[in-house]
Amino acid sequence: MTTTETSTRTSGGIGESPLRPDGRLKVTGRFAYSSDLWHEDMVWGVTLRSPHPHARIVAIDTTAALAVPGVDAVLTAADVPGRNATGLEHQDTPALADEVVRYEGEPVALVAADHPETARRAAARIVVTYEELPALTDPRRALDEDAPQVHAQGNLVREMHIRRGDPEPTAPVVVSLEFEVGMQDQAFLGPESGLAIPDGEGGLDLHVATQWLHVDQQQIQGVLGLGPEQVRLHLAGVGGAFGGREDLSMHVHASLLALHTGRPVKMSYSREESFFGHVHRHPAWLRYEFGADHDGRLRYASADILFDGGAYASSTGAVVGNGGTLGLGPYAIPNVRVDARGVYTNNPPCGAMRGFGCVQAAFAHEALMDELADRLGMDRVAIRALNGMREGDRNITGQVIDSAAPVAELIGIVRDLPLPAPRAEVDLRELPGGVSNTTHGEGVVRGVGYAVTYKNVGFSEGFDDYSTARVRLELTGGEPVATVHTAAAEVGQGLITVEQQICRTELGVERVVVHPKDTTVGSGGSTSASRQTYVTGGAVKAACEAVRTTVLARATELLGRTGLHLDGDKVVSATGEVVAGLAEVLADGGVEETVEWRHRPTHPIDPETGQGDAHVQYAFSAHRAVVDVDVELGLVKVVALDTAQDVGKAINPDAVVGQIHGGSAQGMGLALMEEIVVTDGHVRNPSFTDYLIPTILDMPPMQVEVLEYADPHAPYGVRGVGEPPTISSGPAVAAAVRAATGKALRRVPLRPEAITGV
Amino acid sequence: MRIALTVNGARREVDDVWEGESLLYALRERMGLAGAKNACEQGECGSCTVYLDGLPVCSCLVAAGQAQDREVTTVEGLGGSSEDSGDEAELDPVQQAFVRCGAVQCGFCTPGLVVTTHDLIRRNPEPSDPEIREALAGNLCRCTGYEKILDAVRSAAAEVRS
Ligand code: FES
Ligand code: FES
Repeated sequence: MTTTETSTRTSGGIGESPLRPDGRLKVTGRFAYSSDLWHEDMVWGVTLRSPHPHARIVAIDTTAALAVPGVDAVLTAADVPGRNATGLEHQDTPALADEVVRYEGEPVALVAADHPETARRAAARIVVTYEELPALTDPRRALDEDAPQVHAQGNLVREMHIRRGDPEPTAPVVVSLEFEVGMQDQAFLGPESGLAIPDGEGGLDLHVATQWLHVDQQQIQGVLGLGPEQVRLHLAGVGGAFGGREDLSMHVHASLLALHTGRPVKMSYSREESFFGHVHRHPAWLRYEFGADHDGRLRYASADILFDGGAYASSTGAVVGNGGTLGLGPYAIPNVRVDARGVYTNNPPCGAMRGFGCVQAAFAHEALMDELADRLGMDRVAIRALNGMREGDRNITGQVIDSAAPVAELIGIVRDLPLPAPRAEVDLRELPGGVSNTTHGEGVVRGVGYAVTYKNVGFSEGFDDYSTARVRLELTGGEPVATVHTAAAEVGQGLITVEQQICRTELGVERVVVHPKDTTVGSGGSTSASRQTYVTGGAVKAACEAVRTTVLARATELLGRTGLHLDGDKVVSATGEVVAGLAEVLADGGVEETVEWRHRPTHPIDPETGQGDAHVQYAFSAHRAVVDVDVELGLVKVVALDTAQDVGKAINPDAVVGQIHGGSAQGMGLALMEEIVVTDGHVRNPSFTDYLIPTILDMPPMQVEVLEYADPHAPYGVRGVGEPPTISSGPAVAAAVRAATGKALRRVPLRPEAITGV
Repeated sequence: MRIALTVNGARREVDDVWEGESLLYALRERMGLAGAKNACEQGECGSCTVYLDGLPVCSCLVAAGQAQDREVTTVEGLGGSSEDSGDEAELDPVQQAFVRCGAVQCGFCTPGLVVTTHDLIRRNPEPSDPEIREALAGNLCRCTGYEKILDAVRSAAAEVRS
């Protein structure tokens, strides 16, 4: 039978907002997070950590711990069978400290026992004799001749120099500032946790919450001295990540204990341990100078940026790369000098967090842009529109921005969004201080602030950034069903929904099964750098195309016709006639294709000039914040936080807005409240009692405007979404508080004492 | 020690409970009810919220022994949990609204928010935005910025009223 009806488009494809496939499990409490895993034979693992920021381990006595009833194993560095070294960029991080501890909280020993409390009590009985060493805790001293050495190779992790245009530029108007950004925590809610199950043949299966299964696998197998086929990783339910799960935490520890005891081992950090158990956002010290003409046009910019990398490198090198190449913001600047450095200290290790090196820089360049506008008597929005990058401009590394760069449009949009009404009546819940009843409106001043920023998408500087997708199309119960298998981590952002949408659009099937994420398929790359919809999305699209090609080849053979294509679940001839259903073509068996997909290559930058095409794509966003500040008490209430962002193409518009909301909240948190306070190498506030993240009372309503200027180089035109909102929201909030108070406020988070000036 | 209590309508007896264990631990590790979550275990995040004799509590702050002879309702007891049913209609209106409004990302905060919202709407079927914010102030979410959670609460309340 043939008809000429065109089939209806499959619903739930790209551009729509189908519901997440795991939503039902999550609202009923049945979704299995890594901390929910259970095995009837399992024992619990705990970690003993260093109390010192820098010390030599003289001796470890585990006798008393081993004697505790219920204890199965106590392990130290001496029990590591393979190479005692892990790390994303440099393998400089011991799985368990060997001879030296370099930060407070560094793992020293492990215990497995039948109850977590038994394991904790046993860990407390391990006697470690330390000889304290001088600690380097001020990163500004790290490169001094007499600074304590954190590692034998010196305290510099990476430095980057960018030189462009006139080396000694001048300008009639010059402004400068120094800025400081505190240490932020990712504060994902799901604790680091997982279950390692030995296979009885020397290998194991590790179920864990992570951002990149394959890079974990590589590191774990090295420590265990096993081959990749013996260390199989499975993604357990992930309770948020935001960069904090890019490095290993309990992965290798649970694996060591499991192999040693021959029993499944569960580990799950407490919130306090979580603050010690993952890397944080780098604190930064920034010194900036802008030179401009009287009309506000930038002539030159210079910046010195210092990131505190803490005790181990993690991704400090790449953060320096981002801070350097992107650190002057989304502006066209002819003459440039940037020097960015990341150093080792004996502070907590810092690595990836949403916004990755751009967040810190944005506070500085946006504060300085306001200063320049004020000096010139210019409007703060107008000066950004004037200097904002446009498509075709070169950025500070000389790379041509070869897709949309709508800086002026974005900042104009947020300016024109409706402003919140002035307070008509006093509702304590809407005032700074809230129901603490600290003011009824007296001393409260409103301020408005703007920021615009940009961020690279995907891995940069020549990194081989790819993802792998396997797509299978087959008949199940007579219906065509697609199964998509990638190792790309779903951490809450909605990648699994996107994978389904792409399969529906490309293959015309309604039903798409997302295969559990594991290492039996090739790497999906990291769930970071706003890259998964782009890169894994690109891989899924390519795998679907390969499946389609095979299906059509089979149809051609079967039907003896050429020029066929797929429309929905119909095979259609060149003239638009439906010649077969997909089901008929698949009757003889399914079709499966696996594709490794890469975005356009990026390139290293020149070590002397910092010039080069370092990034594959840029994403732009703007925020406007409105705040009420109690200038007597230094309390801030954010009244509105509105934003505009170009996403290229919204694959799932609702999820895009959700990313923008959540990212904005994290940027606001850094501006106002979030800081891991570290004094002399000791973390002072490892709890949600003392490390505050925004609550629903802190968050204002948000207006979100989404632009879709397709990037012609990206699949479907997508542009990474997740990070830009975290970069521009904080600087806008800080600017609004400056506007309300008239104070310079050169450090975030903005503390009440800084706002009041006491 | 042994504790006996009613959980989601069913009588349960649990052996070998250590005195220091929280109700949260007993539910998750001894009764196989991992719906209540453990994001802080110190009363700051609300992810462990359950009903205890009809009042929402942070189960991480309640000793398991304190639940002796009392009634506990967890997120699993609110709806949608029968293993063999995939039917959306079986979810509680609050659960439905959280899915429908995109209020779930990683979802780690969700069980606690669902219980807290369920309680709010029971007490106040037409909450204003400030009332919603006040009621949910003890439930941290790191992913959503709370906008879609507010949407879900408004939507669930409207659904329950109609
Ligand atoms: S786990 Fe109970 S309040 Fe956080
Ligand atoms: S959805 Fe992740 S913490 Fe709320």
